[in-house]
Amino acid sequence: MRYRQVLTDPIIDNNPVTLQILGICSAVAVTRSMWPAFVMAISVTAVLMFSNTAVSALRGIMPRSVRLVLEVTLIASAVIVADEALQAYAPETSKTLSVFVGLIITNCIVLGRAESFALNNGVRASFLDGLGNGIGYGLLLLSVAAVRELFGSGTLMDQPVFAQTADSAIFVANEFMALPASAFFIIGLIIWALRSWKPDQVEAREFDAEDGG
Amino acid sequence: MSEHVNIVLQAVFAENLALAYLLGMCTFLAVSKRFDTAFGLGLAVIAVETLTIPINNWLYETILRSGALSWAGLPDMDLSFLRFLTFIGVIAALVQILDMALDRFVPVLHSRLGIFLPLLTVNCAVLGGSLFMVQKELDLSESVAYGFGAGLGWALAILVFASIRERLRYSDVPEGLRGLGLAFMVTGLLSLAFSGFAGLELRP
Repeated sequence: MRYRQVLTDPIIDNNPVTLQILGICSAVAVTRSMWPAFVMAISVTAVLMFSNTAVSALRGIMPRSVRLVLEVTLIASAVIVADEALQAYAPETSKTLSVFVGLIITNCIVLGRAESFALNNGVRASFLDGLGNGIGYGLLLLSVAAVRELFGSGTLMDQPVFAQTADSAIFVANEFMALPASAFFIIGLIIWALRSWKPDQVEAREFDAEDGG
Repeated sequence: MSEHVNIVLQAVFAENLALAYLLGMCTFLAVSKRFDTAFGLGLAVIAVETLTIPINNWLYETILRSGALSWAGLPDMDLSFLRFLTFIGVIAALVQILDMALDRFVPVLHSRLGIFLPLLTVNCAVLGGSLFMVQKELDLSESVAYGFGAGLGWALAILVFASIRERLRYSDVPEGLRGLGLAFMVTGLLSLAFSGFAGLELRP
């Protein structure tokens, strides 16, 4: 029961992007179409599972004072493997993602989960926490990418959905969706929808919450 | 020289790390509730970017790049896959040194930056700056200009954003949009405004 909760909690109830404010940079930058977003989500999930498992397994022997350096080294090693694998098997996608694969190192989801979960929990729970957070992140990434690709170029996963002809009156590609700014509006709207559905996620008014802070 | 001015201008406006490449967003959204903390963080980012990017550039050019080790008699060596580890190591070490040096020599500034300085290690704008430096194939002096411009651009973005957010504190926002939701929307508008700078260039 507990393990299942660890796995499913971060998918909607405690989503890393919309609630924990983690991993936003890549969520906005790689969501122009679905395929790169999918590859990115898989890479982040893999790195997250590895780093959570490794940190959790080593938590007994890591001295607290140098743990940050050790964690970052572990994460960076996993990212190097992911990056080399992408360059070998999906060179096109690797080029599209450019620096963002490397930036998984500083993706705050990975370090955040290592610090707040894996350091205090067993290997199995940490592994599932990594998987759950990866899925939650991937789900958000893919929904943003779906909207941007559908309205930006009329395709989904590179399969045409709207026919696009020169005199098309039904569908005209929305140039705005190609701009990174559109991702912000989409994520903002998703957060709005999510919080209307689950009102306990609504934030307290700022001037009540942090007066004198 | 005008080459360098151009690099700075482009890094600040057209290729703003925060608003065009959307890097360092976690810190950007989390530490922008007040203008003065945002100001301190902006200063720290400028310092760290201006220092780490040239250092990483030098390391990349003399050790990591394919064929860079020919001075040691190893022309076939390609260590560029180690760049992630090297860059993040340099950044972590430098942030730590900066933290201690400021604490010792400029305690006023140090107390103002507070906990944000160590957090810069995991700010993707800092690592991103170094990775873009590799992609752009800059030389050492250009990388100084790029580092300064990238830091300045990020600082400018967070200052603008923090001022807007201070104004919005007492506004009446729909419940579900309060806080993070609205922050996303405002950043979107800002980013849209900055995309107007695309192609900015100084011609002699």
